Amino acid sequence: MTTTMTPAPRGGFGYRHPRMRLAGLLTPPMLWLVVIYLGSLAALFLTAFWSINDFTGQLVRTFTLDNFIEVFTNSAYYVVILRTLGIALLVTLTCLVIGLPLAFFMARVATPRWRPLLVALVLTPLWASYLVKVYAWRAMLQPEDGVIAWFLSPLGLGGPGYGFLGIVITLSYLWMPYMILPIYAGLTRMPESILDASADLGAQNGRTFRSVVMPMVFPSIVAGSIFTFSLSLGDYITAQIVGGKVTMLGNVVQTTYVTNLPFAAAVATIPVIIVLLYLFAVRRSGALDNL
Amino acid sequence: MTDSVAIRLRGLTRRFGDVVAVDGVDLDVMDGEFLTLLGPSGSGKTTVLRMIAGFERPDAGLIELGGADVTRVPPYGRDVNTVFQDYALFPHMTVQENVEYGLRVKKVAKAERRERAQAALESVRLDGYGDRAPSQLSGGQRQRVALARALVNRPKVLLLDEPLGALDLKLREEMQVELKEIQRGVGITFVFVTHDQDEALTMSDRIAVFNAGRIEQLGSPTEVYEHPATPFVAGFVGTSNLLEQAAAQAVLGKPGTWSVRPEKIRVIGTDEPVREGEHAVRGTVREVIYVGMSTRFVVDLEVGGSLMAVQQNAEGSTDLGHMRGQPVLLVWNTRHEYKVAD
Repeated sequence: MTTTMTPAPRGGFGYRHPRMRLAGLLTPPMLWLVVIYLGSLAALFLTAFWSINDFTGQLVRTFTLDNFIEVFTNSAYYVVILRTLGIALLVTLTCLVIGLPLAFFMARVATPRWRPLLVALVLTPLWASYLVKVYAWRAMLQPEDGVIAWFLSPLGLGGPGYGFLGIVITLSYLWMPYMILPIYAGLTRMPESILDASADLGAQNGRTFRSVVMPMVFPSIVAGSIFTFSLSLGDYITAQIVGGKVTMLGNVVQTTYVTNLPFAAAVATIPVIIVLLYLFAVRRSGALDNL
Repeated sequence: MTDSVAIRLRGLTRRFGDVVAVDGVDLDVMDGEFLTLLGPSGSGKTTVLRMIAGFERPDAGLIELGGADVTRVPPYGRDVNTVFQDYALFPHMTVQENVEYGLRVKKVAKAERRERAQAALESVRLDGYGDRAPSQLSGGQRQRVALARALVNRPKVLLLDEPLGALDLKLREEMQVELKEIQRGVGITFVFVTHDQDEALTMSDRIAVFNAGRIEQLGSPTEVYEHPATPFVAGFVGTSNLLEQAAAQAVLGKPGTWSVRPEKIRVIGTDEPVREGEHAVRGTVREVIYVGMSTRFVVDLEVGGSLMAVQQNAEGSTDLGHMRGQPVLLVWNTRHEYKVAD
């Protein structure tokens, strides 16, 4: 044997110092998350418990529940909360009623060749500007000569015009892809043989849908509803453009934050809490693994 | 086994685009019979099974179950149940709920449902597993749940689509024996799809060998193995061991393509005597393959082509590697040679 030894190959810096490698990987995202995201959220919560000096307009940094008491006792505000909740629920329901059959068609009826095209079609509206889409709906919802009113006039009906219904329709349109895509993904994951097995065991299509398809895609539906529900809760531009006199929580924030920042913060906290409660309620359904 | 027909197929045809997957299949499956549809993938055997179940609509032809025409009847209207290749258990239901599903759909009372599901789970040795989720079971256990879920409905016919394909070899062999025992016990007609010839030979009363959408041969395991009707059957069931045209003429003195099973061939020295009623052919050993229980010889024939011979490793030294390159004589009894083509 010869005595020349080649040195063992050494790993790079990151290989020899795994902790440093981890730090390098996580520092930028953690900075972003902790400082900017969680920091601003904490600031929001904190501000919600402060108040404004009525005479000077100065921020008073002492703990008070006045803002929340005002929101929940002044009917002008709690009606807005209930209305916003109602809109978010109706939007979610509309997206489900329209999105579920469409997703089912895309995933299980259309031939595999068509699927990517259909997914692209569903995604297309997401690439257009939010404002353009809402203004397009403003034109369509126009009470006298909007497209919808024009279509309905031969039936002796008027269009929905601007208001509650207009907001629901517009928001449903905006968030529809967020409902369709998770359900589509859930349905494509379901093997064909599961449906065959149900029919084989004597179940007609309706029964198969109720007993097999629905329970299996339920987590996907909840996942989709998290999007449609929370996006609707926080929206205020749509209400401004097609809502007429109808306002949502976001509009209250928008009109109060200049004059009374703590009050605006308290109002803005409400949708956050509602969404957190919702997430807490659905965490057992497995939906959060589907996001 | 009785004489009445459980399933009758006539002129059954199914096309997928330009491909004819099933091409005019005629088949009678007897009551209480274990019939295997054997063939390579794409030979149409699974499509035939799916048409019997009702998952696929035939483009032409007739399907009768117990004498009634069910060609246009949807799956839920047919008195057959299927065990799927991937088991297709409902992941959101427990084992018990899976087994009860068919009974629940048919509105069987709860107490009877419980009882029958318990009995079905016992018959596949899974009592006590009722509360588990399918995801908590092993492949073999899932397979047995799928079997129980189908059998609990007491169908006239049970269809099995390569149900053992996903199991490892040892488990598969155990399940083959178990399936056969269950079938004997319940007396239900089994139609079993597989591409595994050993599985087909082990379990079946009769085998239908499929190729390119047609049945090449229908017969008992012995018939199909010992008397292959076509070169395809000879090759697919067992090892393709063919004497073709010129070689057949030279060795047997007869025209056509002939088949001899490898285990029917003896390998002897060139100076050893050939017995009465035997054919012999000279060749050189190309390969000696030791496979535990037996040794395989691949022998190149002087008249062209090659044959395989299998010899049991009964006792004594079984290292026969030294025979590679040696001239030998292959002999077999003339009653073991079968004409498979003109």
